Amino acid sequence: MRRIINIMLFLTAKIIVLILGLRIRHRERLPTSGPAIIVANHNSHLDTIVLFSLFPLSMIQQLRPVANEQYFLQQNRFLAWFARRILRVIPVSSDASNCRDFFKSCAKVLAKRQILIIYPEGTRGAPEHMSEFKMGIAHLAKQYPKIPIIPIFLHGLGKALPKGDFLIVPLLCWVCIGEAMYWNGQKQAFLQQLVGRMQTLADERLLSA
Amino acid sequence: MEIFMGIMGIDLAAPVLYTLAGIFGLLAIASITTLGLAISQPKTDYSELKARIKSWWIMVSVFSLAIVLKQPVSIAFFMMLSFIALREYFSLIPTRFSDRRVLLWAYFAIILQYFWIYIGWYGMFLIFIPIYMFLFLPMRMLLTGETEGFLNAIGTLHWGLMLNVYTISHLSYLTILPVSGNPIAGGTGLLVYLLLLTEINDIAQYIFGKLFGRHKIIPKVSPKKTVEGLLGGVVTTTGLAIALAPWLTPFDLLHATCLGLLLSLTGFVGDVNISALKRDLGIKDSGTLLPGHGGILDRIDSLTYTAPLFFHFTVYFYYRGQWL
Repeated sequence: MRRIINIMLFLTAKIIVLILGLRIRHRERLPTSGPAIIVANHNSHLDTIVLFSLFPLSMIQQLRPVANEQYFLQQNRFLAWFARRILRVIPVSSDASNCRDFFKSCAKVLAKRQILIIYPEGTRGAPEHMSEFKMGIAHLAKQYPKIPIIPIFLHGLGKALPKGDFLIVPLLCWVCIGEAMYWNGQKQAFLQQLVGRMQTLADERLLSA
Repeated sequence: MEIFMGIMGIDLAAPVLYTLAGIFGLLAIASITTLGLAISQPKTDYSELKARIKSWWIMVSVFSLAIVLKQPVSIAFFMMLSFIALREYFSLIPTRFSDRRVLLWAYFAIILQYFWIYIGWYGMFLIFIPIYMFLFLPMRMLLTGETEGFLNAIGTLHWGLMLNVYTISHLSYLTILPVSGNPIAGGTGLLVYLLLLTEINDIAQYIFGKLFGRHKIIPKVSPKKTVEGLLGGVVTTTGLAIALAPWLTPFDLLHATCLGLLLSLTGFVGDVNISALKRDLGIKDSGTLLPGHGGILDRIDSLTYTAPLFFHFTVYFYYRGQWL
């Protein structure tokens, strides 16, 4: 059953990406095996689909996106079922009191050599605008200093499918993959380094378009 | 063999098939030459040349497949080409968030434009985008109520539709022209003739420019374009136009010469037209669909001028008074 779901996920991601059109920079920097943490900016529901499409079928099983508990799991039953069973999301609550559960499930996932997909902005926010990164990612980096953290900058998806709309408009999406980063000893400094790296990736896109 | 040809839908005139075979032969020679150069001069970097030739293999193969198969396939092929080009254009220019629905309508216009070709409705094919879409899209845009940047938005939208869909669809209409106007090789022969001349012109301009280029024509828009390159292109293209005309087309010597000059000069204009667009947007390549070739806009730039001009030249002189 899982295998069929994986194939369906893989094909759906490929078809959607074919309609949108992808421009990928530095595909060779993608992790070829877990454990790894992928960090991306968040503008659209398509973000997760596009990130899925970057991996071969054999690795779909290993991808574990982090998703907002209130939005995905507590709104309606179908969405909750889809998020849990199909996408196998790791829930993160927007209120900080139960963050312990979240870090526990991250530990489990990484122990199984899977790949965590995390959006440190916490929400999709205004279209094509990168908001402030939250501390959670720095905390993860500190806990797992040996696991590579791969920053990926996504551009264009906020226009193809912005927050609050349901129609996809075919527009190119730029996927700029950065070099793996590791814990540098200080949370605030790590976060700054990560944001700086994202900004560089965003600027690189403009050079080559 | 007969049955196989029937299933595959190969009903191309012999000259077209021989021309395609000739192009593949030239590509093979180019590949072998590059390989030889790379081996004899290991110090020089030939990766860009290799990438370019590889892209030509891909483009020629895909295109050959599209025209060798039956008509709906080739119409669908040009429809896809227009879609990819328009999508690239919309992704590169600034667009307003409020216009997302209008963009969808513009994409829908591609399907309709190629549907007119499929059913052979010549009049509608000619006026659909310049008139009906010209009137409809601003109306749809008004409904969003967003007036800030309205002129920019509708201007760039319709220009894109003309450039990427209307002009390119002329290539497709060539394939359904009645055989009576070109008994030797039909509409497909005309299409192959046009594409071959346009592409050879690009290549010749590039090579002559590299070898002898001194005097820049429009350094502000495209610093690599030189008078020497342009002249080399004009001479090569006109020569080839005359040589190939009896083989693929109904053109006499005068018309073939005129077409050679027309295609080489306007192909150049189409090229720098896209260069100016990219310069305005502040980008170098319009994308990286094909290695060493930039995006799709960089590939179709010359065709946006040559396709409609060639089409109307041919229709005026060889299909006049015929039902289209």
